[in-house]
Amino acid sequence: MSGFGGFLLRRLVGAVITLLAISVLVYVVFYATPGNVAQITCGPRCSPEQVRQVAEQLKLDDPLYLRYWHFLVGLIAGQDYSTGTSVAHCSAPCLGLSYQSDQQVLDIILAKLPVSLSLVLGAMVLWLILGVGTGVLSAWRRGRFTERLLTGLTLAGWATPVFVIGLVLMIVVCGELRLLPFPQYVRLTDDPEQWAWNLLLPWLSLALIEAAAFARMTRASMLETLAEDHIRTFRAYGVAERTIVVRHALRGALAPVIALNANNVGSAIGGAVLTETLFGLPGIGQELVHAVNVVDLPVVVGMVLVIGFFVVLANAVADVLYAVADRRVVLT
Amino acid sequence: MSLVQVTDLTVEFGDLKAVDGLSFTLEQGAALALVGESGSGKSTVASALLGLHNGTGARVGGAIEVAGTAVHEASDDELRRLRGAKAAMVFQDPLSSLDPYYAIGDQIAEVYRVHTRVSRRAARARAAEVLDRVGIADARRRSRSRPHEFSGGMRQRALIAMALACEPDLLIADEPTTALDVTVQAQILDLLHTLREETGMGLLLVTHDVGVAAESVDEVLVMRHGRVVEHGPVAEVLGSPVEAYTRGLLAAVPRVDAPRAASEAPAPADDAQDVTQEATDVDIVLEATGLRRELGRGKKAVTAVDDVSLTIRRGETLGVVGESGSGKTTLGRMLVGLLEPTGGEVRYDGHPRVGVNPAVQMVFQDPVSSLNPRRSVGESIADPLRARGERDERKIRGRVSELLERVGLEGAHYDRYPHEFSGGQRQRVGIARALAADPRVIVCDEPVSALDVTTQAQVVALLGELQRELGLALVFVAHDLAVVRQVSDRVAVMRRGRIVESGSADEVYDNPQDPYTKQLLAAVPALDPQVAARRRAARRELAAA
Repeated sequence: MSGFGGFLLRRLVGAVITLLAISVLVYVVFYATPGNVAQITCGPRCSPEQVRQVAEQLKLDDPLYLRYWHFLVGLIAGQDYSTGTSVAHCSAPCLGLSYQSDQQVLDIILAKLPVSLSLVLGAMVLWLILGVGTGVLSAWRRGRFTERLLTGLTLAGWATPVFVIGLVLMIVVCGELRLLPFPQYVRLTDDPEQWAWNLLLPWLSLALIEAAAFARMTRASMLETLAEDHIRTFRAYGVAERTIVVRHALRGALAPVIALNANNVGSAIGGAVLTETLFGLPGIGQELVHAVNVVDLPVVVGMVLVIGFFVVLANAVADVLYAVADRRVVLT
Repeated sequence: MSLVQVTDLTVEFGDLKAVDGLSFTLEQGAALALVGESGSGKSTVASALLGLHNGTGARVGGAIEVAGTAVHEASDDELRRLRGAKAAMVFQDPLSSLDPYYAIGDQIAEVYRVHTRVSRRAARARAAEVLDRVGIADARRRSRSRPHEFSGGMRQRALIAMALACEPDLLIADEPTTALDVTVQAQILDLLHTLREETGMGLLLVTHDVGVAAESVDEVLVMRHGRVVEHGPVAEVLGSPVEAYTRGLLAAVPRVDAPRAASEAPAPADDAQDVTQEATDVDIVLEATGLRRELGRGKKAVTAVDDVSLTIRRGETLGVVGESGSGKTTLGRMLVGLLEPTGGEVRYDGHPRVGVNPAVQMVFQDPVSSLNPRRSVGESIADPLRARGERDERKIRGRVSELLERVGLEGAHYDRYPHEFSGGQRQRVGIARALAADPRVIVCDEPVSALDVTTQAQVVALLGELQRELGLALVFVAHDLAVVRQVSDRVAVMRRGRIVESGSADEVYDNPQDPYTKQLLAAVPALDPQVAARRRAARRELAAA
């Protein structure tokens, strides 16, 4: 299928350009940030001499374009880094070394990524079920009590901050009822069952908030499709309302839901900071906030690129799903 | 027992009485047309027959019996058993009336399985069978196509096939041919006729087109404001109407076989010449030579207009007629300068035209979407004035009021918004906007196709009046052969981007030379049922030959 191959190629080129643009942007923003990076990196008790050494070691005095050039070279060819006492090799694709810990950025990300992916993908399954289900139900029962109840609940869900929902859930489920232990991250590869049990509350907290948006989107989209002419055709041919709603209306209403999901999955991977913090999950979001606070430029750039990559990926997947769902869509 | 018995039916939407005390009966195997202009309540009646107003907030009163089911008191289950099985409906717009996500055969099979307990496989076979029955070639394979892979005519056939699947006693067709080209319309009407002969099912046809009714039914019921105006055998109602409204309606229908009324024709210039003929007289205002336009790129490129040459003289009307996709709109846009030709040139007053010339204006098809809904009509009409550099607000207002009055509206309408006007009034606003630039040529792209016949006649009359007074040259682009004949001095027939025939209107219509022109003219529905029957026989012969 040459059409699909062409689509993938165009998407790949687009993704590379997008990611490069993001990295330039991050560099410029951090360059313009006030504050002495070397001082922050070295710590408050460093002497001016030590601070100067750190600045030299991190090449902080180089002009912006040179630093960005080094970053690009490292990305493509790998790079050797002097850590003061020894020289570490960072092979391509090298995102650099953390100013703070001398660890390779890629290693830091790879350590955090499974946590974020576990959280977001699990929550996604829940929010799709909850959100789309609620949306379909309230479109189907429009104007009745069920709809008003569901609308009220979704609005409440949307308006409640995640740390409120999460805290209440934790206090009730783990504290009062003692149904679950207080969440603690367990790796999927270590113990799948414990992994799921421990992530259940984080999933639920994140999903409840997200589901509200999906419920509203699905409901609006369903009402639109239900008003379309082809729905009238099937009503006029005696097809049962349940079949019409599930088979014909939902199918047509899914397109905007797929698009919204792509965006939300992509951004939640780096953006679920509150959920991660609340449940003590060592994910990307938490690490990113920390890195921003200590102006750890390589880590920030690396993280932002990874998050950007997932947003681009999620959108490409959404486009493919579009085309699968609706044969009239041609991938370009 | 009658197939359909409607007694004192009323349907109200809020304060609006859409149907008001309507009664009629339809016998087994008979055919009745509900004819009326938009808003007459005819489609509302059709939906009421299947109980489709249930749960929509509409209040339905009176009694409806269809094929032995008392629709007005039936339960949801009883209604479902009626719908599709005993009475099936064919809708107006065949594209939007099918689910875009599923194969056409599957949709027909789904409906079939609602009413018969058969396997999926048997239902698919039945779908292929009925698709074959309505004339879809290679039905088994094509039943796996999705709606967008079918042409408009094929989609309408597919909808009819869906209706046939359960062998209903009654077929309700709501404007079944309104979205179709005239040749395709003739095919669909012929198909309905044949199916009725063969299956003996009853037909309730809802249409705004008196000609379509004359072609297809035994009885006509003329509706207005939800009430019956006149009801009787088709030959009587259309041949010697009793009610003034019916007479007015029939008088407004443009006739393809009648020459242009003398009062509407402008003072004859010189003898009508062939449109493509090279003329040197000073009267030529707009001239196109070898116009070409390709749309799309690469493999998907199509030549929408291919080597078209024509001339338009001062004060005359050139009709451009063709079916959808013939390139007539593309041609019109190039004449105005909205599209750049890929080849050839347009000369205005003997000079090559560069870009948009204010002396060549356009009136668009859809008076709803061609006016900005968020700006008052006065502001829309003032646009060409402002574009010309007029800054004096008093002068602008004065000129716009003058234009509004000129097109039969009131000067005080300046501050009103498009939604406050009817379709016909909106088209008058569109004409006023075109006039604001003091044009010498106006290209009208389907200016009346969205309007009811009586409104259509008024707008056509207005255009004729303006033409006589201002000496305007008109290019009248339309698919409706009858309307084009009523307004044009000369006519060009387009097909696949080319002009296949051109000449004076009377010549082209009364003595067509090109086989395509003949085919088009043969497809126009006749108002006289006997003529319609003769034409149908002739079409069958043409098809068989």
